[in-house]
Amino acid sequence: MELIAEGLTVALGRRTVLRDVSAAFAPGRVTVVLGANGAGKSTLLRAGAALVPAAAGRVALGGADVAAMPVRERAQAIGYLPQDAAVHWNMRVRDVVALGRLPHGGGVADAAVDRALAATRTADFAERSVRDLSGGERARVLLARVLAGEPRWLLADEPLASLDPLHQLEALALLRDAAAAGMGVVVVLHDLTQAAAVSDEVLLLKDGQVLAHGPTETVMTPDNLAAAYGVAVEVLVRADGRRVIVATEAARQLS
Amino acid sequence: MMRLNAKLGLLVALLFAASLMAGKAWVPPEAAWSGDPRWTIVTQLRLPRAVLALLLGGVLGLSGAVLQGWLRNPLADPGVLGVSSAAALGAVAALVLGAGSQWGVFAAAMAAAVGAMALLAALTWRAESPAAFVLAGTVLASLAAALTAFLISIAPNPYVVAEVIEWLMGALTDRGPDDLAHAAPFMLAGAALLLGTGRSLDALTLGQDAARSLGVDLRRLQALVILGTGLSVGAGVAVTGVVGFVGLVVPHLLRPLVGARPSALLVPSALGGAALVLGADSLCRLVPGPGEVRLGVAMALIGAPFFLALLLGERGRSWS
Repeated sequence: MELIAEGLTVALGRRTVLRDVSAAFAPGRVTVVLGANGAGKSTLLRAGAALVPAAAGRVALGGADVAAMPVRERAQAIGYLPQDAAVHWNMRVRDVVALGRLPHGGGVADAAVDRALAATRTADFAERSVRDLSGGERARVLLARVLAGEPRWLLADEPLASLDPLHQLEALALLRDAAAAGMGVVVVLHDLTQAAAVSDEVLLLKDGQVLAHGPTETVMTPDNLAAAYGVAVEVLVRADGRRVIVATEAARQLS
Repeated sequence: MMRLNAKLGLLVALLFAASLMAGKAWVPPEAAWSGDPRWTIVTQLRLPRAVLALLLGGVLGLSGAVLQGWLRNPLADPGVLGVSSAAALGAVAALVLGAGSQWGVFAAAMAAAVGAMALLAALTWRAESPAAFVLAGTVLASLAAALTAFLISIAPNPYVVAEVIEWLMGALTDRGPDDLAHAAPFMLAGAALLLGTGRSLDALTLGQDAARSLGVDLRRLQALVILGTGLSVGAGVAVTGVVGFVGLVVPHLLRPLVGARPSALLVPSALGGAALVLGADSLCRLVPGPGEVRLGVAMALIGAPFFLALLLGERGRSWS
């Protein structure tokens, strides 16, 4: 079942953040959303989870407008991981992860909670309080929370933000595994090399509009990235085919 | 969790029994079956008072836990919505304007509490952030306090002023079956609404966006919190006057024991609040002298130092 933005326009206050965005996301694939700060990446994800109203157009899941879907059904289908990694009370890790079962009416006893703890390697500190964890551990717990809901779609906003390199790679592997299991994954990232490594497709946004969307190698070209970020970009292809993408200098200094 | 509730339940039962026996005249349990005339004191005076203390403490503790969870702030209590101040204004208006019958005071206080909650809901209907509620509630509370002071200043005679001041101090003294019959349905209805918020409050721990993505209807939650607090605390204040600090202190004391999960805190806070008010009210009666210490005064004497300690602790944790 595809997740499709159809002519999506979103305004926050008086500012139009997304303008006529159309893009289809297929299940079983990892799509990375890229773009400069303020390009509308987070807003696109929030619109996908029906957290912001569309001023025009819509986001459809299997043909149904996500904003009009029954709340519980939507919550079961679409897991959303916000950028803000706050947990307001000092809860036990297992209790935090179990919140992912809310749309299913379940709780800490669900097997899905244990699966999510195991997948994110957070089971070892499942009984600890969340504020006793490092930033990276907490980020993995919050990822586990979304995975515990076993949604068909995972919309993750910068899930790597506070992770060290090892845990970044582990989190990316988790996203790949989720897609391999049939989940549709749409994730906002900032690191271009990691984006190239993890993605099947890339959606490149600039000023709230789609600059390019398609398979990673066709979208992540120096020209597209320079246009999106305003930097000169070098794409190095290693012997194993993996791309290393380096921003070399600000484009305005070039001219 | 169940064990904590069982312990608190037992504590409430013991304090309830003590509340029936304790007072200027000590009535032993055997008075119930020995035909002791003092048993009339228990059935006529102390039983309704103890039930009222139980309910009042229960709704104050419960609403405190709900509001702290909803606002995600350990310093919140029912007072932040302005409901207590509004109910007090209604009661004072009834006393000063000559409608000071038992029913008149209750009806006016209840109407003012519900009216204030409706105003609060209207003012903040489009607000996304809980901060808007705290600000609007604070403004409502200040306005209600100013109007209360104004009403006292135009009171027709010193007796009315004395009556108002005594009422404002908050007490269960001389509260009878009629007071209980007026307030209990509202308190129980409000408590039922508040008990329905648990899982939504849990989800809110992750922030508003995550909670909504988990299927929580924040507007419905807002309506439950405002209506539940308005009915339960409004009815409580309408018969007992303002009794503060229970809603602040009790959830805070119990939070570490339940693992900080907001839904797990609701029932223990209700039981803890009931225990605190039952215990404090019994102590009020036992203080030597001709009269009684007012419950509201006693609570403030216990609560204010606790609140200061809380603030110092918070400062140490988050500002350093």
